[in-house]
Formats: sequence, C-alpha cells, structure tokens
Amino acid sequence: MSVILSTHGLTRAFSGHVAVNAVDFTLNEGEIRALIGPNGAGKTTFVSMLIGRIAPSAGRIRFEDQDVTDLPAHLRVSRGMAYTFQITSVFGQLSVEENVALAARRRLGRDRVAVRAEVEHALARVGLTDHIGQTAQDLSYGHQRLLEIAMGLAQRPRLLILDEPTQGLAENEIAAFKTLIRSLVPDTTILLIEHNMSVVMELADRITVLNFGEILAEGTPVDIHANPLVQNAYLGSG
Amino acid sequence: MTETQKILVLHVGLIALLFALNFILPAYHHGNLARVMVLATYAIGYNVMLGYTGLLSLGHAMFFAAGMYGMALSIRHLGFAPAPALLVGIASGAGLALVVGLLALRTAGVAFMIVTLMFAQTVYLTILLAGRWTRGDEGFVIQQHERVLWGIDLSDPSSRYLAALTLFAICLFATLNLIRRPLGRVFVAIRENEERARLLGYNVFRAKLFSVVISGTISAAAGASYGLLFGYAGATFATVQYSIFPLLWVLLGGTGTIIGPFLGALFMFYLIDLSSGVTNAYMLIAGVALVVLVMFAPQGIAGELRRRIWSWLP
Repeated sequence: MSVILSTHGLTRAFSGHVAVNAVDFTLNEGEIRALIGPNGAGKTTFVSMLIGRIAPSAGRIRFEDQDVTDLPAHLRVSRGMAYTFQITSVFGQLSVEENVALAARRRLGRDRVAVRAEVEHALARVGLTDHIGQTAQDLSYGHQRLLEIAMGLAQRPRLLILDEPTQGLAENEIAAFKTLIRSLVPDTTILLIEHNMSVVMELADRITVLNFGEILAEGTPVDIHANPLVQNAYLGSG
Repeated sequence: MTETQKILVLHVGLIALLFALNFILPAYHHGNLARVMVLATYAIGYNVMLGYTGLLSLGHAMFFAAGMYGMALSIRHLGFAPAPALLVGIASGAGLALVVGLLALRTAGVAFMIVTLMFAQTVYLTILLAGRWTRGDEGFVIQQHERVLWGIDLSDPSSRYLAALTLFAICLFATLNLIRRPLGRVFVAIRENEERARLLGYNVFRAKLFSVVISGTISAAAGASYGLLFGYAGATFATVQYSIFPLLWVLLGGTGTIIGPFLGALFMFYLIDLSSGVTNAYMLIAGVALVVLVMFAPQGIAGELRRRIWSWLP
C-alpha cells in the first residue's frame, strides 16, 4: 500500500507551549485512520498543520510524494486535500445548495450542469436532499454538520480530514455516517478526529493516539483497546 | 416568473423608468437625477467591495479622484479628446486599485480601513502638492468645447442625463452579472466566511484583489464621468468626505444589493436637498433621518425590501 501523507518531525509551539511535538506520522492510501486522544492532546493543531491553516514551527509534510509544507492551504486543497471543521463553519446566509456548489465549483468551474449534479449527489449521500433550498443557518445543528460533510464530499478529495464529524449527530445519523464513510474508501483516504469510541472502533482500520502532542500509540482498534498506556492516558492515572 | 425573470424585470424596469424620466422631469430634478446616477455608479463600485466581498474601505475617494483627474488632466495638459481621456481616467483608477489592493490586502478589518484611509489622504495631498497642474483646492473647469464626445455635447442637459444613464446601466448590469458568476459567488463566500472559502481551495487573496480592482475601476469610471459631465475637477472630490459618502449611500440603500446604491444615493441626495430648503441646520435633519433608518431598517432600503417582500433580490 502506498503512502498518501506523511509528516516528519512535525512540531508546533504556541508561545512556549508545545502543542505538537516532533510527530512522525504516516497515512496509507485508502485507509480510514482515526486520530484520538484526550482534550488538549494536539489533534486539531496537528490536522490544522496538515491542511495549512497553521504553519508548523518545525518539520515537513509530504502529500502524494510532494513536499507541501510551504504551500498555502488553498493549493493543498487543489491538490486533493479537504478539511471539515470541528466547529461548524458553513456559509450561514447562503442556501444549502450554494454552500455545496461553492465546494464543487472550484473543481468544475463554470459548468452549471455538472455543478448542480455534484451538489445533488453530495446532498443525497448525506441525506439532505430535502433541504437544498433552505438557508444554511436555518438548519438544525446536526444537519449543519452533515452539510459540512457534503461540502467535503463535493470536492472529491483524495484525502478527507474530518474533525469530530459526529459531534451533535443523532444515533441514526451516526449510523448513516458510518455507512457513508465506508463507501468512500478506498478512493478517498480518511483521517478522522473522533471522540465517539463506537465510531472509532467500528470505522477505523488503524488508530493513532496523541497525548501531550506526541504519538502515544498506533495500531488496530483491537491493539489500541488493549493498550495500557492508552487506558492510562484516558483515565488520567498516568 | 422565475427568479431570473423577476430580477431582469426589476432592473430593466428601473433603467426604463429612468429613461422615461428624461422626457418628463422638470429641469431642476432632471439635473439632480443625472448627478445621482453618476454618484450611484460610484456607490455601485463601492458596494462590490463592501456589500459583496465584505471589505470596508474608508478611502474610495482616491479611486473617484483618480478617474476624475486621469480624465481631466489628460484633456487639460495633453489635449486628449473626451473618449481617450475617459479611458485614461478609468485606467488610472484600475492601476491605483491594483497597487493599493496589493498593499492594503495584507491587512484586514480595522487595519484595512485605516490603510485605505491613509492611501486616500496621500492621493488628496498629492493633488494639492501638484497644484501647478491640478490647481489644488480651486480645481479647474473643463470647457464646453472639450466635452464633446462622438459629436455629442455633454454639457447639454438631455445628453448629459442619457450619458449618466448609460454609465449607470452598464455598471448596474455588469455587477449584476458579476455576482451571478463563479467569481462573484466566491466574493460572497469570502464575505460570509473567509476561512471556509480558503479551505474550499479558493485563492482568497487573489479574489479580494479582483474585488478591489473591479470596485476601484467602477469608482474611477464614475469619477471620470462626473468630471466630464459636469465640467469640473477639484480636490474636494478626493477628501475624506467623498470616501464616507459611498459608505453612507450603500448602508442606507442596502449593502449587498444591486439597486441599493442607487436608492441610497437618491435618498440622501434629496434628503439633504429638501432639508436644506427648510432650515440651515439641514445636516441635523439628515442626521436624524439616518439614525431612524439605521434603527428601523438596519439592512438599508433594499435590504428591508428583500427581508419583507422580495426574497429573491440580488
């Protein structure tokens, strides 16, 4: 299996506090990887560096065999990365359709028919077809999360980074989400920050555990489940 | 009717109404409306940045003045005919907007407002310092024989009115078209959520630069036309006051609406005109009216129309 993304010595310090410390990380093409860890472990900082929202203090990032460390976020996105926000970040005043169309249009350009088809396709996959004409801010929180995911899908990324996607979703929506993510691989590689352990255990091929900005453990769900270090980190007795 | 048809009917209807008014308005209001249309064009330019891209500039008078002086100086000192002089004016505004955009867009928010304000002051002071050519505060008149464009005497009221209407209509439909295209949609995306737009893969800096250049170019076209139609160029048009005017017009008329700038400019022009007929303290009346409008219609006239009855208003 080939490597789609890797980091070498990736570090970020915020005025003395090291949020992410020399992380060497490898993501294989076509896998579903979960990134877990206690609050403040540096998960969001880490993926923010991957997508280019935050510049690293040190270290390199490679995506599809190219060094992308110095590329601005929009160029990483045009190379096939996509990111959905932890805090819902849709275009509140715009319609659901326009939100997804903006995600599709960068790739499809002026082809209105293709954009419209992509929008309908993405909304159908997350189950928001009936809400296409609504203003985004009028959607329920859970539906805004799904819209956020639809915007990720409409970009047809090679690597989709999801930051706590199931937060605020109802049980049946979580079940649909799991089915959806499974249907995306292996064309799309998934990197998932997630707190919901049932989602992590059922979806992930492999799990990476971050703690205090460093990789504490990495392995299959079964390995991680049995790992005493991980249990300590989560129970706070370590 | 589809939304697109409604939009067309409204905007074409407005232009048709303004055209009809050319033949029926009494001379005084006829002259006023010609002026309002040119000023509304200036506000349309301003609205591209403020209303559609969410960039608040406090220095737009520099673009208006760049257009006006680019046009007027090339007539006065280079002996240009009006048509090429207009082009020089528009190109001056576009060039200035490109330079200012490249520098000012490194900042955002309040800093952006201050940087644009400072650039505008620089342009104003430059006009004063170059008094040998610009005649500074006093300004200079563009003679009637210098204002004949393709055989049309622009000092003639009817020609002037129709020229103003043509300029206004072109800019109105150009911006209407712009915001329905992918580039305009990206402007709106940036206004709504810049970080999200960036992470959808859009080059936000470049889009904002486009917005500044389009906005500056339209403002310069208004400035150049104003000078040509009314036969005068003066440093007053580069003062802070002329940077604040389009902000007020757009806020009153409705930010992020196509007809808002016109409604705002028209409303404020007549507010000052009528209140100054009643009292010397006309700015007080204007001020109170503005406060009332901001309190009860914070989205401006067209914004309220959109909220209450015309949800499709672009």
